[in-house]
Amino acid sequence: MANRKHGRLHHLVQILLYPLTWLEERSGLVGGVKYFLFRKVPSDISWGHTLGSAALTAFIVQAVTGVILAMYYKPDPNSAYESIRHITDDVTLGWLVRGMHRWGASVFIILLFLHMGRVFLYGAYKYPRELNWIVGVLILVLGMMEGFFGYLLPWDQTAYWATVVGVNLQATGPFVGPFLGDILRGGAEIGPDTLARFYSLHMLVLPGALIGLIVLHLYLVVRLGVTSPPWSPGAAGKERPGPPPPKRAGLVEPKPRGARLR
Amino acid sequence: MDQDAGNGTAHEPTPTIWPVGFAVGIACIFLGLILSKFIVALGAVLTAIFGVLWAWDASRSFRKEPEPPAEAAESEDGRPVSAAAAAATRAPEVPEPGEGEIIRYPRSKFLEATTLGLGALIGGIVTAPVLGFTILPPFIKQGHGDIDVGAIDDFPENKFVITTFRLNPDEGAVTSRTAYIRNNGQLDGVPSFTILSNRCVHLGCPVQANGLPLRDDTKVEKTGDGQFVKRVPTAAAAGFGCPCHGGQYDTEGNPIAGPPVRALDRYQFKIVDGRLVLGKTFSVSEVQGTGADAQIHAYKLAGPGQHVDGPEAWFYPVQPPR
Repeated sequence: MANRKHGRLHHLVQILLYPLTWLEERSGLVGGVKYFLFRKVPSDISWGHTLGSAALTAFIVQAVTGVILAMYYKPDPNSAYESIRHITDDVTLGWLVRGMHRWGASVFIILLFLHMGRVFLYGAYKYPRELNWIVGVLILVLGMMEGFFGYLLPWDQTAYWATVVGVNLQATGPFVGPFLGDILRGGAEIGPDTLARFYSLHMLVLPGALIGLIVLHLYLVVRLGVTSPPWSPGAAGKERPGPPPPKRAGLVEPKPRGARLR
Repeated sequence: MDQDAGNGTAHEPTPTIWPVGFAVGIACIFLGLILSKFIVALGAVLTAIFGVLWAWDASRSFRKEPEPPAEAAESEDGRPVSAAAAAATRAPEVPEPGEGEIIRYPRSKFLEATTLGLGALIGGIVTAPVLGFTILPPFIKQGHGDIDVGAIDDFPENKFVITTFRLNPDEGAVTSRTAYIRNNGQLDGVPSFTILSNRCVHLGCPVQANGLPLRDDTKVEKTGDGQFVKRVPTAAAAGFGCPCHGGQYDTEGNPIAGPPVRALDRYQFKIVDGRLVLGKTFSVSEVQGTGADAQIHAYKLAGPGQHVDGPEAWFYPVQPPR
């Protein structure tokens, strides 16, 4: 009786999971997602290890709120400020979305720094993870560039003069500085081209590059695994317990229930 | 390479103390930029010495590796044997040319190279215009036309008039600029004007007049298509100050305090039918004397924060076209 019930349940689960099976058979995506999500991590990881995921979440929030803001924002000197006012005052919950984007920008950068500090203090940047540190630094640089280019978009006095100072600061760089300044401004002076240029960089070029680097960053995390904290018995350079005692000959070890084939 | 690299043995550079000295050298350079050029030189020397020591130390493990045994032995017909041997170990599927046979280039190699080459070519053809569209327009058709800012009589002698106008009226209010214009009277029968740009030469903030603006005497005049000139006389501007980082200038635009690296930029001008017309902007290192007798050391327009004279100007050998 119980056996029959179990069989029926099994059948039902199979029917419910059929779409996933169908997908897996044709793409291998289910296995890929499982490989990505259900990884082995050291047993003594802490909340500090969640800072990277937190930064990723902050980035996703920025991407989603940014897409919504882009539906209402107009990158034109004559209407940019007015469209920001429209978003804040008129659009339903626009104040919330803009506020999330505005404060989320700082949250993203702060989380990047905290994540960086955790990786540094735990020594998680060491061999073989140096490349992931380098990719992370690039993400930090692009994140700060996002902040710089996004700051002009409200097109108020603070935004305008902060950008004047920021661009001129870069234009004082030796040799290429004056040219860099002109490229950033889209001309010798800040004008209509500057705003459109900053908008394009802020919402197309930099996010695209960031997404690519984040994918690379995660790939390296999955490939190289998560580091143990330095005080962990499993940390790099610590003495490991010896190999397990040999199994008695002639005994076949039963596979535990529910174990997946590897 | 280490055989056990990746098997738990970290492949790290040798521990070394020299980066500390390197860091001290860099710190000296930065400190010297503020304090003294001698400290910069000292820092540069320290940086160079410790940089070399560091590189020497860090590369020790590589230098220690035994040299690969020389395989440059040549066969009797003069062809180096080692090259053929290396090719054989790398790509064993490629048949080795026999004696007297022409060296063949396998078709698969050719196709591989063509595919990659064509891909690179197409990529280049797509990328070049994109880069061109991004980078070239900022350097083409820059600058501004002449700007009529009013009759000479609108500018009282020896008083600065805060004059606001549009550099490019077509582009609207975003090109609004301000100049401080002082009528210096006649010099040898020719009208003389001091026309200072309000762009701070530290980082480009708007410099303000240190004096009372007489707002009741404000005049607005339409002098061209979309060109509205606003003139606000000042009682007695004692100089100019920047609100952003505290730069201060005297009445000739010479920097007297704060971070500015040169004197305020100026506008060229000409008198057309008794009206004052502003021309191009130029940069000034310093001004000696005052008013109509002032001696202006003029240079091609440079961006804020860039030196136009002295050794620091060597950092800006070429300026974009204006």
